[in-house]
Amino acid sequence: MTAAPGTEATTKAAPGGTAAPEGDGPGDPFDQDLLPAPRNAQFALLGSLLAPARARVWLAAVLLVVQQAAVQVGPLLVAYAIDHAVPALRAGRHGPLIAVGCAYIGCGLAAGGLQRVFIRTAARVSQDVLVDLRGRIFRHAQSLSLDFHERYTSGRLISRATSDVETIRELLNDGLDELIEVVLSTLYIGVLLVVLDWRLGLVTVASAIPLYASVRSYQRRSMAVYRRRSTATAAVIVKFTETMNGIRPVKAFRREEPNDAAFADLNHAHYRANGDALLEMARYVVGSRLIANITVAGIVVWGAYRVAGGGMALGVLAAFVLYLRRLYDPIDRLGMFLNSYQSAAASLEKIAGLLAQAPTVPEPEHPVPLPARPQGAPPGREVVFDGTRFAYRTGGEVLPAFDLRIPAGQTVAVVGATGAGKSTLAKLLARFYDPTEGRVLLDGVPLADLARDDLRRGVVMVTQEAFLFSGTVAENIAIGRPDSTRAEVEAAAKAIGAHDFIAALPDGYDTDVRKRGGRISAGQRQLVAFARALLADPAVLILDEATSSLDIPGEQAVQHAMATVLRGRTAVVIAHRLSTVEIADRVLVMRDGRVVEDGPPSELITASGHFADLHQAWRDSLV
Amino acid sequence: MRLAPYVRPVRVRLGASALVAVAASCMALLIPLALKRLVDGPVRDQDPGGVWLGGLTVLVLGLLEAGLFGVRRWLVARPLAGVEAAMRKDLYERLQRLPVEFHDRWASGQLLSRATMDLQILRMFLAFPLVFLVVNGATIVIGFAILLTQSWLLGLVLLGPVLPLTIVCWYFETSYALAARRAQDQAGDLATLVEESVLGIRIIKAFGRHRSQATAFRDRSRQLWGTEMHKARLLSNIWAVIMTLPEIAIGVALLLGVREVADGRLSAGTLVAFLSTALALRWPVESIGFLLAMSNEAGTAADRYFEVMDTPLPPDTRTGTEEPAAGRRSAGTGPADGPAAEEPAAGRHPRRDLSGDPGSGGEGGIRLEGVRFRYPDAPPGSPDLLTGVDLHIRPGETMALVGATGSGKTTLTALLPRLLPATGGRITLDGEDIAAMPTARLRHLVAVAFEEATLFSASVRENVAMGAGPEGADDEEIRRALAIAQCDFVDRLPGGLDTQVGEQGLSLSGGQRQRLALARAVVGRPRFLVLDDPLSALDVHTEALVEAALREVLRGTTALVVAHRPSTVMLADRVALLSGGRVTAVGTHADLLRENAEYRRLMSGTHQQAAEETTEQDPEQAAGQATEQGAGEAGAARAGGEPRSADGELPALEGSEAR
Repeated sequence: MTAAPGTEATTKAAPGGTAAPEGDGPGDPFDQDLLPAPRNAQFALLGSLLAPARARVWLAAVLLVVQQAAVQVGPLLVAYAIDHAVPALRAGRHGPLIAVGCAYIGCGLAAGGLQRVFIRTAARVSQDVLVDLRGRIFRHAQSLSLDFHERYTSGRLISRATSDVETIRELLNDGLDELIEVVLSTLYIGVLLVVLDWRLGLVTVASAIPLYASVRSYQRRSMAVYRRRSTATAAVIVKFTETMNGIRPVKAFRREEPNDAAFADLNHAHYRANGDALLEMARYVVGSRLIANITVAGIVVWGAYRVAGGGMALGVLAAFVLYLRRLYDPIDRLGMFLNSYQSAAASLEKIAGLLAQAPTVPEPEHPVPLPARPQGAPPGREVVFDGTRFAYRTGGEVLPAFDLRIPAGQTVAVVGATGAGKSTLAKLLARFYDPTEGRVLLDGVPLADLARDDLRRGVVMVTQEAFLFSGTVAENIAIGRPDSTRAEVEAAAKAIGAHDFIAALPDGYDTDVRKRGGRISAGQRQLVAFARALLADPAVLILDEATSSLDIPGEQAVQHAMATVLRGRTAVVIAHRLSTVEIADRVLVMRDGRVVEDGPPSELITASGHFADLHQAWRDSLV
Repeated sequence: MRLAPYVRPVRVRLGASALVAVAASCMALLIPLALKRLVDGPVRDQDPGGVWLGGLTVLVLGLLEAGLFGVRRWLVARPLAGVEAAMRKDLYERLQRLPVEFHDRWASGQLLSRATMDLQILRMFLAFPLVFLVVNGATIVIGFAILLTQSWLLGLVLLGPVLPLTIVCWYFETSYALAARRAQDQAGDLATLVEESVLGIRIIKAFGRHRSQATAFRDRSRQLWGTEMHKARLLSNIWAVIMTLPEIAIGVALLLGVREVADGRLSAGTLVAFLSTALALRWPVESIGFLLAMSNEAGTAADRYFEVMDTPLPPDTRTGTEEPAAGRRSAGTGPADGPAAEEPAAGRHPRRDLSGDPGSGGEGGIRLEGVRFRYPDAPPGSPDLLTGVDLHIRPGETMALVGATGSGKTTLTALLPRLLPATGGRITLDGEDIAAMPTARLRHLVAVAFEEATLFSASVRENVAMGAGPEGADDEEIRRALAIAQCDFVDRLPGGLDTQVGEQGLSLSGGQRQRLALARAVVGRPRFLVLDDPLSALDVHTEALVEAALREVLRGTTALVVAHRPSTVMLADRVALLSGGRVTAVGTHADLLRENAEYRRLMSGTHQQAAEETTEQDPEQAAGQATEQGAGEAGAARAGGEPRSADGELPALEGSEAR
């Protein structure tokens, strides 16, 4: 009956969807896909998604009820025609026949027309819901703090926003209205049959019991199979993607043959699961068909027996046979709908869990503006850590109570071993996290009280991982300031020494980084990231290991830019390489979350502390 | 059809399934006939006893129909899943053997959609359209034959909408498939945006770009909304047609039928049978359109699949993968075994120099002669990236490769294991031209650590062991390699060596990944080692430790190390400077620092001077002053020929340093 494509289970597997990676430790809810959420959060979510479309939902419901009535009246008219119109015609009266004929055709037209309106209304509802849901996930994911992102991992977040929404979309697009239609038509037909002839009607209703059992058993069995198949699909996809993305190491280490074998195994597992799923489907179809056909035969026998005995009209029997056909037709598809319904419910639950996470770095309710800089003053701003303490939620205090004042315009280098708390310091200053205790102040205003736009005009951070967004190189630089002109973008690139390599790319600034991103080296990506920061022109600049992949001329271009274009800005520089330290006005040596040495570089070098040792080691490496 | 080789193993079953399906459809069509016999026979004659026979017929036909349905599905379920799997396997194996340039050109998502969606479409094509076009065609013909024999007038009335319905459905499915594809693309774009906004969350937060991201997101999701609504409109139209047309035909047939029954020209049973046959025929008629559209789509899918499969393999790959012989298996156990294992294949080069003594062995080591390279998609008119590299790395020697950003260092490292083929010139390993070597052998000899340390979703053990090639490495070897790369953090991982890492596992820091990649490169004790900036993500302490351990390893191998920093250069015996597509200078670090201005700029820049100003007693000072002069001359000489803006910035930097 259906002309809609994709009713035969189109399973698009989610890359990395199902397999839960190992997490921080036992008992951490972030280990699971499902985040702790208030009970029934998914229903609340569904309710709030449907709320704006309430009128349409009711309209759709009414349309469907009327439409199904129009559809199901057909066989009844046939019965009437056989039992009443024929005798009437034989008696020379044409009225009943014409009435029946008009009614039948009218119902057909009404059914078609209403169906058309219903599909449009339902699509409008479901598409609005999807847009709303996607938007909510997106905005929520963006507003959640880095703390959350680091623990929940990007893979899981991405599969929430893509494959889970996709499952819901599949249900809404390909199944839900049909599922409701089936339920509604079953109800109609059941009632009609019982009314037409309660004995035969009850037999039909009774057949629902084994059918229900068959659907349930299919559902139970197929769920396991489908789950196995989607796991197998995900495994195939992960292996495939990983191989293609890492083709260089694959080739260099001659992984082709071991990979062939590994992939063949995964592929075979997928083949088995796929076959099992198809067979399970076959079992179900055969089972339900059998039940349906046996019922039809039973009703035909009993009905015919009674018609022959004169206890029932022929037309009623005809109507029964026609109704039964309609009743059992969609059963093949019912099992499939139930499957997609179940997975959509699971997806909704996961999404609800995600949306229930409260952002730990919230926007201020009453933002305080940054004080205006006096005319002619340097563009930098003063930074103060006031009794700041920071501990990760998983435990482990990183910064014990910490006080630090960085005067406006000062360049501070922070050095120390891995885990000394340098990056935490930077992240607190960028307000990626909020301190557990105490405050971080920018020109006397707590960061937590600044509106996001003000905060980002004030503080910009460049990190070690220089991620490029899809789009052109110019667009990537313009992220620093979206309203900037091409000339400004190029000026920023020139100032940082990135212009030469960009100009040498096939399309210069208009080169798409995704298409040729493979050939933009790590160092070049860092230069792009710097150009971004330069364009943003912040009052406070944080560099967190941002020069690790740069070669020395690159690093010097950065230092040069800081000394010229960014002169007068407050800067916090974290670096392994001590070369960066040379341009600093002040050096902080950190250990175990504390500043153990503090002073101008020239002083610290001549002193006999950690910094002097570090500096000596670095000098040695330069020989 | 090019699918033939894949379909051949299942063609018997496919054919059988078509036959069975036709039979099942016939059963379904016969049921109304049995019904008619029942109604016109025992029922009319008021013979309750005769009902049983008719009922039994209906039952048997029903059971047969259900059974045949099952048989059909059972016949094709596994074989078709098998076809899909076989095609996927072939695609994967082919893709692994296609050259790196191919992968540079094709996004992995494109390849993935061929391996999943397109193959699924093809499987569904084999399962449905291929079989059902035949079956439904047959059903329609048989069904209408039955209808026409029952009553040619009513039959003709019902036949009326068939052709328009088929055409409308086909037209609809074609435009629907287009819209669906567009929706899919837009959904893909949206997913990309989401992915990037999650992966780039630090940058978005650091620059406060939530709003522009959100705007982009909203725009794209509105676009998708529009397409989906377009789809819904198409769908609503087709449903209206599909529901209305046949109902009108049946309604007319009902009118005429009732008249004929009343006139006694038609039996009541015939009318009942007629109407239920008409219902049974609805699906076959409606399906023709969408089966045709699916076939269309399958055609496209097949084209996309074979587009990849038809890309020619590089000539020797095939033999290369078959060749890795057992004789080389022992090569991983120690450098001393190397020559013995290599002998059979490289016997025509009698002189093997493994003494590690630089200066001996003109043939040995790594030799590049006039090597040229350009990317196939480089804009026409642009110069080659490498314009004639000449370099000789003596056996046992470690050569550092230094050059400005974008000078082609990483590309050069890809040429040695022939990940990219040189477009000109010759590269020899111990005198043997790599162009003539089987790939497997070449890559057995040369181990690489890439700038971007890619770990695979596997245990630490497997990730490191794969460096030894398919032969693998034992735990002792792995421990040794981990020790060299200072991977002591491995012991603190939750599962030690068995901890899962990579995309699906524990995420490691950049430095940790880099050290594991280094361990992977050295685990097989390769004869030739290529390291691309192997220490960039390490902090100063770890770097020093890794260096010390790495020196031991490098002593026994011939190595090329890309270096950005003096500390990495210190690993090497000599340094080569890559500039303007060729090696312009070779020498020790100290020599080059003294003699070559560009090198000095790359390695120390103004630090040299800055440092000298602060540390007066530095013994290097004298040399430094000499170089300063040289730098000025060389800089001036180059300024005309080679536009490098960094040169221009030099004075400014000095100025700022002096401040």
